[in-house]
Amino acid sequence: MNTPLSHYLVFSALLFGIGFAGAVVRRSAILVLVGIELMLNAANLNFIAFWHYGPHPEALTGVMFVLFSIAIAAAEAAVGLALVIAIYRQRKSAQVDCMDTLKG
Amino acid sequence: MSSDLPFYLIAALTVGFAIAAMSLRRLVHCALCAAAAFAGLAMAYLQLDAEFVGFAQLLVYVGAIAILIVFAVLLTRGDEVRPDHHQTSPTPMAGIAVAALVLAGIAIPIFTSPSLRRVAPPTAIVPVKKIGEVLMTRYVLPLEMVGVVLTGALLGAVVVAMSEDAEVKLTVRRKPAGHAELKGEMSLP
Repeated sequence: MNTPLSHYLVFSALLFGIGFAGAVVRRSAILVLVGIELMLNAANLNFIAFWHYGPHPEALTGVMFVLFSIAIAAAEAAVGLALVIAIYRQRKSAQVDCMDTLKG
Repeated sequence: MSSDLPFYLIAALTVGFAIAAMSLRRLVHCALCAAAAFAGLAMAYLQLDAEFVGFAQLLVYVGAIAILIVFAVLLTRGDEVRPDHHQTSPTPMAGIAVAALVLAGIAIPIFTSPSLRRVAPPTAIVPVKKIGEVLMTRYVLPLEMVGVVLTGALLGAVVVAMSEDAEVKLTVRRKPAGHAELKGEMSLP
């Protein structure tokens, strides 16, 4: 396998850009959360790529960081989707522009 | 070049599914495409010799988070049938332009940096036993903290998503029946 490191980084940057565009553009709160998950995953891919191409892969730092990051992402998704469901119950809508109670 | 083919295949499929997940009309299709993109990322991890992370990604993202997203989509239907329903913000082009700027800001340094053109050194495959040992010695405190965070998130998610009827029932069960404050508390939500 002789793929250069930069190709993995470009792959990850593409995923980050797609997730960012989705999180900014879409109005459904669930898809905003999916976009954020895609951005988190792009960062994880960078960690794994740098760990694999780095000088000390036996130190396992990249792998450990990604494992903890996956756990935190799972918690974030659970709480975020629970919030979406709670807001839907009150507003009868899960669109982000319905959530304007705090707007001045 | 031929040995790079799996990487380009995985990358193209994952990016394609990610684009589909962010641009399709129906939310269920978006959720399924997102699950496919997460699976593609797991393949990329496996190709980078990070087997444990790859399978953890499959278990957590494709197994749990994708199901959670599908459940949330199915529980919050009703938006899609409205006549004034719009899929995107009023200025989608501005958002896409900002995303393209961010992408260019990341991609240009990657292409111009000579140190990132390196090819991987031959790495020894890390056994799962070593990961377990490190988790139980050097990273034991973060591991415990993740346990606490996951427990808190679980309880928080249940409390936040609990329906208000269930909340009232819980309050009623806690107070003795016939209590004077009970009526006021029940009519609160």
